[in-house]
Amino acid sequence: MLSIDIFKTLNEAASAMTDRSRYLAGGTLVMRDVTYGDQSFDNFIRVRDVDVTIRSEAGGIRIGAGATMSDLLSSTDVSFLHPVARSIGGPAIRNMATVGGNLFAQNPYGDLTTALLAMDAQIEMSSGQNQPIEAFLSNRTTTRGLVAAVIVPRLSTSEFRFAKVSRVKPKGVSLIALAAWLRHGNVRIAFGNMGPTPLRAKSAERALNTSIDDTSIAQACAQCTEGLAPEDDALGSAWYRSEVAPIHLKRLLIGGNR
Amino acid sequence: MAKTPVTFTLNDAETALFVDPGAPLIDVLRRGAGDLTPKHGCGQGTCGACTVMIDGRPHLSCLTLAETIEGRNVRTTGGLANGPELHPLQTAFMEGFAAQCGFCTSGMLMAAKALLDHKPNPTRDDVIEAISGNLCRCTGYEPIVDAILIAAARMQGRTA
Repeated sequence: MLSIDIFKTLNEAASAMTDRSRYLAGGTLVMRDVTYGDQSFDNFIRVRDVDVTIRSEAGGIRIGAGATMSDLLSSTDVSFLHPVARSIGGPAIRNMATVGGNLFAQNPYGDLTTALLAMDAQIEMSSGQNQPIEAFLSNRTTTRGLVAAVIVPRLSTSEFRFAKVSRVKPKGVSLIALAAWLRHGNVRIAFGNMGPTPLRAKSAERALNTSIDDTSIAQACAQCTEGLAPEDDALGSAWYRSEVAPIHLKRLLIGGNR
Repeated sequence: MAKTPVTFTLNDAETALFVDPGAPLIDVLRRGAGDLTPKHGCGQGTCGACTVMIDGRPHLSCLTLAETIEGRNVRTTGGLANGPELHPLQTAFMEGFAAQCGFCTSGMLMAAKALLDHKPNPTRDDVIEAISGNLCRCTGYEPIVDAILIAAARMQGRTA
């Protein structure tokens, strides 16, 4: 039987977390575990006043961890994230699933996190400390504390690209998710479902750093699976993912405004 | 473990129930409140059969912790009809054969109602997006999309 503890602040909630606790926000991930009889936890931690605000700050746009996908879609500050939020679930899921929860979503979920990795988001923890999303993802299963917010740079829709490859139309889970921040000289590309967490394709990024043209795109696509670690699952084999990833990256890079 | 009291509005009726800690809303609606219209399908947020409206927006009751609905307004398909008079969505579904086995119908109706409440004149693409989280294994979706568009037109006093 589960116990549920509700706290006023995120800091108090973070202090109360134990190995047998799970933090409950939107519930789209942890309530599944309850239904399926997961015995690894017996305590839910909640916060009464969840931060759902999305606001422009000096360092970028701060998105409260409790903001839902629908909240993202309602905010004009993060219009570059709208295609990502819209690709996630149906309206009901989007009204529930939170930005903070997506950071912990296992494959085949976590498309937003792939986008956040490509845009070099900062993760603000309940302790007040920030860390780059890449560092956060590398130890997200062991990390202590709760996520308070995600800070993203202010991007234009033309310099950010996102694609979700799914077998089901109009909506299905990702076979692969791809995101690219096409900054001149400092390109970032992230793949979802190509490893245990969303991962950067650093060889492909290097290929695009001097210029983004047909030659560099071909080189980036040829090298894009270096460092990735796709796995077999019901949607596709690791081999299949590695074979099609370059094709989808090419489509992502030549699409849009080019 | 002690049960927790939860009070909420269910289809305009004040409702107070004791819920088990960790119980999903669908169990509380079906077993506690006796409203059998939300269907328990996949239990993992994939099928949408359990869709209900909470404070006017669609939610999946299988993934909603019952205790989080304290003080909130829940609507289910059980509250769509006005006595013997069916909601226009229900009539359109019935006339257009938009229900076959019927298991998805309740979730489809609530997803559609949430759409029409906010967008009374939806496009076909709007309807497809609105029910994109609801699976139907019988109809092929086209009769459902048509029924929602017909209901929308009738509610606006026009023909589809």
